[in-house]
Amino acid sequence: MTPGTQPPGHGELPAALSADAGATAGWPGMAADMGGDRAMFRVPWGKAMMWIFLLSDTFIFGTFLTGYMSVRISATTPWPNPSEVFALTIAGTTLPLILIAIMTFVLITSSGTMAMAVNYAYRRERRKCALLMFTTAAFGAMFVSMQAFEWSKLIEEGVRPWSNPMGAAQFGACFFMITGFHGLHVSAGVIYLLVVARRVLAGRYEGVGADGAGNYDIVEITGLYWHFVDLVWVFIFALFYLW
Amino acid sequence: MQTPSIDAATGDVAAQHTQHPLGLYFKVWGLLFLLSALSYMVDLFQLQGLLRWALILGLMMAKAALIVAVFMHLRWERLALICVVIVPPLALLVLAGMMVLESDYVFAARTLYFR
Repeated sequence: MTPGTQPPGHGELPAALSADAGATAGWPGMAADMGGDRAMFRVPWGKAMMWIFLLSDTFIFGTFLTGYMSVRISATTPWPNPSEVFALTIAGTTLPLILIAIMTFVLITSSGTMAMAVNYAYRRERRKCALLMFTTAAFGAMFVSMQAFEWSKLIEEGVRPWSNPMGAAQFGACFFMITGFHGLHVSAGVIYLLVVARRVLAGRYEGVGADGAGNYDIVEITGLYWHFVDLVWVFIFALFYLW
Repeated sequence: MQTPSIDAATGDVAAQHTQHPLGLYFKVWGLLFLLSALSYMVDLFQLQGLLRWALILGLMMAKAALIVAVFMHLRWERLALICVVIVPPLALLVLAGMMVLESDYVFAARTLYFR
């Protein structure tokens, strides 16, 4: 979009399609309802759409975690102790869950840098904003790398989606599905962040918007997605690793 | 804490970009670090029983609330949006509750007949 370009106007709708044509039935009526340009939330449309997408994602992760809970409660074979499964021996001392704890701190830190990026976007300091977004992406990449390490370690120890040598066979299926789906979200988020950060740096969002002061809503929208990824990890950390 | 500066005359969206001092984000960041560290301690000290569960779930909800309210700015959003985001997940809690009962029953049935 070139600077100064306005979204197509909705002022020139034919009379039959205008929002007050309440009596119009059939397809024209539906088109009038859907295209009536009535804003329910009074927030930028992209932000409302991201929230609705995240709500749908909440339901996916929610059902995954609920399914995992059901499977774990109803398993008659003992569930492996995550504290031991995910322990690492560093310099002769075995630390329980240490890798997961580090991953948690990395993701929280990335959320912090993202929140700051949004702040700088609205201050119109696009270099700082882009730099913070690149930092966020780097922390995200770090998280995925540690997850890759964790996966390889477990696969090496014989954990499979259908079996594992430590106890209940359902453990593997739950582990690979839940952490895999979350890791996929993080990976997609890293790409999303890199794309938007590059555009911010290139000045694509300068000079657009109603007042020509630049429209940096996209940074906040990207931020919503990224914070959500961190949010989901809070639940996975508590329900999968601490249980 | 600042309240959103909504342009009273127009209800303008652009006027809604609440500016916060960076210190707020550092505070929340630090708090999230602390809460995560406490969650980790729960496992490190191998607390058990009701105490363990109260701590795990309580710390989880506190962290989630901080992220959604401050980092995702939901605190400063319009009530319509807050309701759209907060109310539907309550349905998930109902589902989780029903599944706890169901899986307890499945466990009982398995122990009785299939073991």
